[in-house]
Amino acid sequence: MTSTITPDTSATAVISVEEQQFNDLIEADSRIEPRDWMPEGYRKSLVRQISQHAHSEIIGMQPESNWITRAPSLKRKAILIAKVQDEAGHGLYLYSAAQTLGATRDDMTDALIAGKARYSSIFNYPTPSWADMGSIGWLVDGAAICNQVPLCRASYGPYGRAMVRICKEESFHQRQGFEILLELMAGTEEQRQMAQDSVNRWYWPALMMFGPPDDDSPNSAQSMAWKIKRHSNDELRQRFVNMLVPQAAVLGVTLPDPDLHFNEETQQWDLGEIDWTEFHEVLAGRGPNNAQRLQRRRDAHEDGRWVREAASAYARKQSERSEMAAS
Amino acid sequence: MTTPGDSAAEIWPLWEVFVRSNRGLSHVHVGSLHAPDETLAVRNARDLYTRRSEGVSVWVVPAAAITTSDPDAKGAFFESPAGKNYRHASYYSKSEGVKHL
Repeated sequence: MTSTITPDTSATAVISVEEQQFNDLIEADSRIEPRDWMPEGYRKSLVRQISQHAHSEIIGMQPESNWITRAPSLKRKAILIAKVQDEAGHGLYLYSAAQTLGATRDDMTDALIAGKARYSSIFNYPTPSWADMGSIGWLVDGAAICNQVPLCRASYGPYGRAMVRICKEESFHQRQGFEILLELMAGTEEQRQMAQDSVNRWYWPALMMFGPPDDDSPNSAQSMAWKIKRHSNDELRQRFVNMLVPQAAVLGVTLPDPDLHFNEETQQWDLGEIDWTEFHEVLAGRGPNNAQRLQRRRDAHEDGRWVREAASAYARKQSERSEMAAS
Repeated sequence: MTTPGDSAAEIWPLWEVFVRSNRGLSHVHVGSLHAPDETLAVRNARDLYTRRSEGVSVWVVPAAAITTSDPDAKGAFFESPAGKNYRHASYYSKSEGVKHL
């Protein structure tokens, strides 16, 4: 087959010295740092991705904090508190990374509580049983790790560094979840049923966490060219399922996909059709818990107002006092 | 020059956090946070950056107090060592094989 190659006119377009430097750094797989020149699109795209990620961590505290008072033992309670505290920490690392791009914390918080910013749809699902703490750790945090490990090499330095810290802590989250399910599966018939029911509910939403299929993912190509994203949505989803199958066997749970089968040719697990209508419904705010999650975040922000004001007033008084002492 | 992450819209100043992971090692920059004063900055830094015994000592520095080299002049500013590879031991190859050198 012959084909004609269209000359690439963009290469001959004149670009600034700064832009050339930026392109060279990306090309060399180096990192962009806060004070470097960067294209406006790159900055915007990062602020969008990092702040959405931060919001997800913050909203992500809710489905689990729900179970802190009802954890089955003191040990589990302590673990759950540590995990929820980690998520608050992850949110803060990420807000800080977004702030290095000129976004302000207030604007990001306002966008979230006004319902204008997005966060991962997964946190709009309810957690009616204790086994959900297991499924969230194993499936939701598992999917998050799959997504996040390549982000440690994201081209924007502060984002990559935040992700390194986060990934270190996430592996504890995933393991404690797996252990919860393992213990339930070694329990009574009722407990095994509870675990299986929970896996049935979380499996598909966890697969949707990787985002729409590649041919329907508008921002992916540019993100990959900028080396923010390193792998496509479908690639990461496939990698995740390949890891899950043997883990499910250890647990003794069934993954709720009747079409799941091993493809000898590709040596991968082929999965059944994903219901993307559900994904878009939840994304559009019509998931089971969207309104409740946002309302709780809004209330928490309002309830915490006096703490922020008191801390500012105290700091002001202290500095006035030290100024007086100095004069 | 403005500090990345600093803005008039932020009610609390930005602090850079450095953690010494063990005695005998330097404090290393780990990230930043916003806090109303130095006391709370140190406490928040402990909660945010040392939840798993990552440190034995924490420094917080107001980000505004840090002076950096001019990013636009980075080529020229760090030019001096370029081409001076005789400053590295690996430049001297004739002594290869000679022990304790």
